[in-house]
Amino acid sequence: MIRVVLPAHLRTLTRVDGEVILDVKVQATQRSVLDALEARYPMLRGAIRDQVTQQRRAFVRFFACEQDLSHELPDTLLPDAVAMGAEPFLIIGAIAGG
Amino acid sequence: MSEVRVLVGTCKGAFVLTSDAKRERWDISGPHFGGWEIYHLKGSPADPNRLYASQSSGWFGQLIQRSNDGGKTWEPVGNKFVYDGVPATHQWYDGTPHPWEFARVWHLEPSLIDPDTVYAGVEDAALFRSIDGGQTWQELSGLRGHGSGPSWQPGAGGMCLHTILLDPSDPGRIFIAISAAGVFRTDDAGKTWRPINRGLKSEQISDPHAEVGHCVHRIAMHRSRPGVLFMQKHWDVMRSDDAGESWQEVSGNLPTDFGFPIDVHKHEPETIYVVPIKSDSEHYPPEGKLRVYRSRTGGHEWEALTKGLPQSDCYVNVLRDAMAVDSFDPCGVYFGTTGGQVYASADAGDSWVPIVRDLPRVLSVEVQTLP
Repeated sequence: MIRVVLPAHLRTLTRVDGEVILDVKVQATQRSVLDALEARYPMLRGAIRDQVTQQRRAFVRFFACEQDLSHELPDTLLPDAVAMGAEPFLIIGAIAGG
Repeated sequence: MSEVRVLVGTCKGAFVLTSDAKRERWDISGPHFGGWEIYHLKGSPADPNRLYASQSSGWFGQLIQRSNDGGKTWEPVGNKFVYDGVPATHQWYDGTPHPWEFARVWHLEPSLIDPDTVYAGVEDAALFRSIDGGQTWQELSGLRGHGSGPSWQPGAGGMCLHTILLDPSDPGRIFIAISAAGVFRTDDAGKTWRPINRGLKSEQISDPHAEVGHCVHRIAMHRSRPGVLFMQKHWDVMRSDDAGESWQEVSGNLPTDFGFPIDVHKHEPETIYVVPIKSDSEHYPPEGKLRVYRSRTGGHEWEALTKGLPQSDCYVNVLRDAMAVDSFDPCGVYFGTTGGQVYASADAGDSWVPIVRDLPRVLSVEVQTLP
C-alpha cells in the first residue's frame, strides 16, 4: 500500500478528499507510483510529468520522509517507509506565487 | 423564452453568466475550476450545451474540460498536445532560434456543424484539431511547416495562436492569427496554408515589406460576408475586402489605434467595435476613460461609446478574446476587463452596465444566444 498526498489543485481535479491509497504491484519507485496514480486518475496525465518525456514538471516537487526526492532518478527505490505505507509520498506544487 | 449565456474565462477560474432576452438581471455561477487559468471557453454552434474550456496552470500544465449540459457539469478530456514531427525553431525575442515548446491552449473554436470537432490554437503557435470531442488532438502541421515558421516570433504574451475563424460559406477555408507572425489562411481544411498579410506595416520589423512577423492581436468577420475581415493589430485597425489578400488601414479618428479586441455587430456587417488602449507600453485607456469605439461604416469613422462606462481614473485593459456579441435584436455587446468587470450593452453599445464587477482578471468572454 502506498499513500500519496496530492496538492490542493490536483485533489480538486481528481475529486479526492485526503490521501490517495494505491496498491502498487511492483517495487515502489517514482515511476511505478506515478504510473499507478495516473492509471487511477487519467486526468493527472501531464499534470505531474510530461506525457511524452515523462520528466517531472518544473514546478512540481516530490517529498517523502522529510527528504526532497525531486531529483532522484525515476526508477530509484522509494524509502521503505513509503513502500510500506508508514509515510506518504508527497507531491508538492512549488512555492512560486500566483 | 430566449436566454443568453456569457462564458467568462479568468486567471482564477471560469464563470457562467445567464439572463433572459431583456439582459437586465443576471445569474452568476462559478468559479468553475477555481484557481486555474481559464484562457478560453466556448460553446458549439451545433449543440449549445456542448462547451469546451481550456484550463491551465504554470504548475500542472494544460487540461481540456468538456461540458454536455451548458456548463453545469464538466469532465476532463484529452490534453496531449504533441507537435507533429520535429518541432523545429522559431525566433526568440532577440532574434535567435528557439525550439517550439507547448505552453497552453489560448483559444478553442468548435466546428460550426459538428459538436465533436473542435480546433485549438496553442502557444507556441500551432493549430490542433480534435474530431472526437476533445479526447485526442492532432496538429494541422501544414501551418507551421509551410515555410515561414522559423521567422515567427513571440509577442509580449508569448507566441500564441489566438484567433480561429471558420468560414461558414466554405468548410475548407479557415483563417487563423498569431502574435507575432500574422494572419494565415487555408482553403483545403488545414492541409496547406499561406500568410495573408499584404498591406500590414509594423515598425518592429526591419523589413517594411515583410509578410510575416506582424503582431496581429485579433481578427473578426461577419458570417454573412466571410470575405470581409477586420483586424486589430498591435498598432492599426485594418480591414480586408478580399479574404485577406490585401489590407487597408481604417483607424480613422480613433484616439489611439493600439488595442486588443475587435468584433462585428451580429446584424450589421459594417458595424464594428474596438477598445482603444493608450500604447503598447501603457496598457490602459487614454485619459483614464474606458471607451468602446463603434464604427457603422466599416472603419475610418468612429464614435466613442461612454454611457455607463467609467470616465475617470480607469486603468484596466481589455484583452483580445474578451469581447463578444449576442444574436438578439438589438444586438448585445459584452466585454471583460483586467480589473474583473464584465460590461454588457443591450443596445448595440449605446449604453453599458456591469454584469459583475469583481471577478479575477478576465481573459476571455464568449456569448451564446439560446432559444
